[in-house]
Amino acid sequence: MNKIKRYFNSLFLLELMKGLYLTGRHMFRKKITVQYPEEKTPQSHRFRGLHALRRYPNGEERCIACKLCEAVCPAAAITIESEQREDGSRRTTRYDIDLTKCIFCGFCEESCPVDSIVETRIFEYHGEERGDLLLTKSQLLEIGDKYEKEIATDREADSKFR
Amino acid sequence: MSDDKIKIEIDGRNVSADKGQMLIEVTDKNDIYIPRFCYHKKLTVAANCRMCLVEVEKAPKPLPACSTPVIDGMKVRTRSKLAIEAQKSVMEFLLINHPLDCPICDQGGECELQDLAMGYGSDVSRYQEKKRVVMDKNIGPLIQTELTRCIHCTRCVRFGEEIAGIRELGATGRGETMEIGTYIEKSVVSELSGNVIDLCPVGALTSKPFRYSARTWELVQRQMVAPHDSVGSNIHLHVKGDEVKRVVPAENEAINETWISDRDRFSYEAINSDDRLRFPMIKEQGVWKQLDWQEALNFISVRLADILDQSGPKQFGMLTSASSTLEELYLAQKFTRALGSNNIDSRVRQIDFSDDDDAPLFPWLGQSIVDFEENQAALLIGSHLRKDQPIINHRLRKAALNGASIMALNPIDYEFNFPLHQTIISSPNNMVSELSAILKAVVKLSGEKVNTAFNKLLVNTNVDKNHQEIGNTLFNNDDSIVLLGNFAMTHPQLSLLRTLAGEITKLTNSKLGYLSESANSSGVWLAGALPHRLAGGKKIQKSGLNCHDMLTHKLKSYFLLGVEPELDCWDPRIAIKAMEHAELVVALTPFQSEALKSYANVLLPISTFAETSGTYINNEGIAQRFNGAVAPKGEARPAWKALRVLGNHCNFEGFDYESTAEVYDEVMKSIGKIQGSNNDKWGETISSKPKDRGLQRITETPMNMVDSLTRRATSLQSTLDVADGALHINSALAQKNKLSDSDNARVVQNEQETTMKVMIDERVPDNCVLIQSAHPNQIQLGAAFGSVKIGKQ
Repeated sequence: MNKIKRYFNSLFLLELMKGLYLTGRHMFRKKITVQYPEEKTPQSHRFRGLHALRRYPNGEERCIACKLCEAVCPAAAITIESEQREDGSRRTTRYDIDLTKCIFCGFCEESCPVDSIVETRIFEYHGEERGDLLLTKSQLLEIGDKYEKEIATDREADSKFR
Repeated sequence: MSDDKIKIEIDGRNVSADKGQMLIEVTDKNDIYIPRFCYHKKLTVAANCRMCLVEVEKAPKPLPACSTPVIDGMKVRTRSKLAIEAQKSVMEFLLINHPLDCPICDQGGECELQDLAMGYGSDVSRYQEKKRVVMDKNIGPLIQTELTRCIHCTRCVRFGEEIAGIRELGATGRGETMEIGTYIEKSVVSELSGNVIDLCPVGALTSKPFRYSARTWELVQRQMVAPHDSVGSNIHLHVKGDEVKRVVPAENEAINETWISDRDRFSYEAINSDDRLRFPMIKEQGVWKQLDWQEALNFISVRLADILDQSGPKQFGMLTSASSTLEELYLAQKFTRALGSNNIDSRVRQIDFSDDDDAPLFPWLGQSIVDFEENQAALLIGSHLRKDQPIINHRLRKAALNGASIMALNPIDYEFNFPLHQTIISSPNNMVSELSAILKAVVKLSGEKVNTAFNKLLVNTNVDKNHQEIGNTLFNNDDSIVLLGNFAMTHPQLSLLRTLAGEITKLTNSKLGYLSESANSSGVWLAGALPHRLAGGKKIQKSGLNCHDMLTHKLKSYFLLGVEPELDCWDPRIAIKAMEHAELVVALTPFQSEALKSYANVLLPISTFAETSGTYINNEGIAQRFNGAVAPKGEARPAWKALRVLGNHCNFEGFDYESTAEVYDEVMKSIGKIQGSNNDKWGETISSKPKDRGLQRITETPMNMVDSLTRRATSLQSTLDVADGALHINSALAQKNKLSDSDNARVVQNEQETTMKVMIDERVPDNCVLIQSAHPNQIQLGAAFGSVKIGKQ
């Protein structure tokens, strides 16, 4: 019986027809392809992209060099050196993130007691040389300054879950 | 089982305990942990934190384990519901006023409160009211306060009273308004003050130089031996990457218990100093240039051969620092002797070498460090024990508080942190006659005869009641010791002082001890880094020149191993002249300085104590080996390696060591078992030196100026224990010369004149001036002893 069934299936190319039917059906459906970079997919406000260091509204950097992010980082991508600033406050003298090591887990942001280190929605960045992907403190602060508005609204939106 | 033992039950375990022990001591001994803040095994029990509450059967309430003596048959539950509940409530109270600033607190990661809050704290605070804020106090350059964090355990207060012996920190106010402070705004000056940093269970007292520079979890701990006084305190270096970030004590009951001096704690700053020499350097036509080791060593070996060919090996002198390791000192003497010279010495601050031939194997402490607690009487001769050997002072203080009679014969009325039974303050020139008077009193007491040489000295000596009392005390106590301190070692009549001290100890049946200045003062003798001894104390037929003679003879070439002659030597003026006169000065030094650059021809960068493996032999004769904790800075290399390769360059036999262990084995083969003994016969030549007329100079080396490391530790240099370059005179002498405080005075010594600020200092005896060594101001005055003239500028 099976033999006969298989014979007819292959004679009338039933399998092929089924496949063509599926393809044909999708031909007339709405396309989901995004024309990157002209078009972009929507992002969650929890998106974990490029890092930034934030400041307080008065311009003071938030980071207090507690080094929890450095300690929690599973990829050991963060390097911090600290000292006492002239006004007596605890500040970093060096805050480096090695993006080639980073696995974008977001632990650094989670561990930060002052919401200083954050992961922004930015994912479009590149480096032509390896060194380009080693972010220093000034670069991170610059990113923070540039995207502060977006960062702030994202944190605000997520605040009730934190 | 003896009668003193009792049995108790803790958490269902049967343990035995001594009668009178506190519960917490028993649990600690049996590895049962009870949380605590205010209890510390070396301090008295205060029982004010209440964290150690435990349940004791038949007791109506939980009892604090730190102040509950054990009773036979007692049943204790440390982890019962009641105990945990009580501990949790205490924790909640403690956290009421504690700020939540762990992320910026240096104690974070090693904080007892943080640790226990993990176990006993609740997730959510019920406390809604205002938190207490306390203003910080500035208590000096070493300790940072953050008093809002204080939980009032009063460990620091008790430390000041019980260990440091000065009540510097205290608590004012009660209850919530209680504050820790110095009462009046002043800095904490105890030489052991740094220990409160370790004692503080929270971050209220932290290290100022370390502040915010690292977190505790980044640090790697390395065992080391402290490089300063001759105690050989055990320390831990905390290292991050290749940098020493801080020093904390390592526990060793036989040496330093749980304490270290501030000097040992903060001198690490020098390792990272900007003064570090990072490359070999050579002076060519007055210009310094860098070169590599190979070239530098080639240059030295060729140049040295030239000079020695022309003028013979007697024109070579090696000055070594007594803070060098045993291996470095051994190689230095081996190198010197391979050159055919015996001119090697480390005793840079000594002047009287006349009884070298009769000296014992090494200047021994006379007993073990622990034994100081048992002494019934002690006589200090020329010793500022509190600052020079703080750990030994602490042991002796314990004896004093137990009723021992400590006496002193000093040139300066030094402040001690325990009551002295008798004090004689004498000018340097009179120290011999004062000691003779004590001897005379002792001779009379013992009824024995002394040899004629002594008789000659004693015949014109007057014994007053102070001398008599010192004699009586030494004679009547079974366990007494006579100690020669740092000042005595620099005295021009040292041989006489120790002959007298030796005779006194013989007649009173007491011990004779030396308090040496540097970490390896004993190692110097045992390694043979001396003109008259080989390794293991073997005597030489024809000894070389001692340190002072090397400088006065103006040799053609000098090697300096960690020595800065203008700051370290007994007569800095002669030292500089000798250096300037020499054709070749090679300085193996961790640091560069303007002075070194002015007279040296070659600078070889060597490592500091933290960067080399080696051995220190302490005053008691304990050899302590250690490994390097960090890599040397720049091109610097351990000095033993430099000397070894230099030996190869000069084609000497037996310079093929691969590690310090090989060197150590070779030295120890010559030394054998280190056995201290000071009862060797001292020189019988008793000659009184002619007295200088006029004002006498007293020279002391302040605690934080003793070696090149402490001189570059910036925080230590901000303390009061540094050379101030001032002319210390008492008010009577000042009045006589019409000088008042902070006037500029003219000081003349050896026809050299300089200007110094006057400091009225009532500790200085009449007819004496105190000038501190190792200050640039006094270099040109020269000798550490002698007569000076002062006048108004």
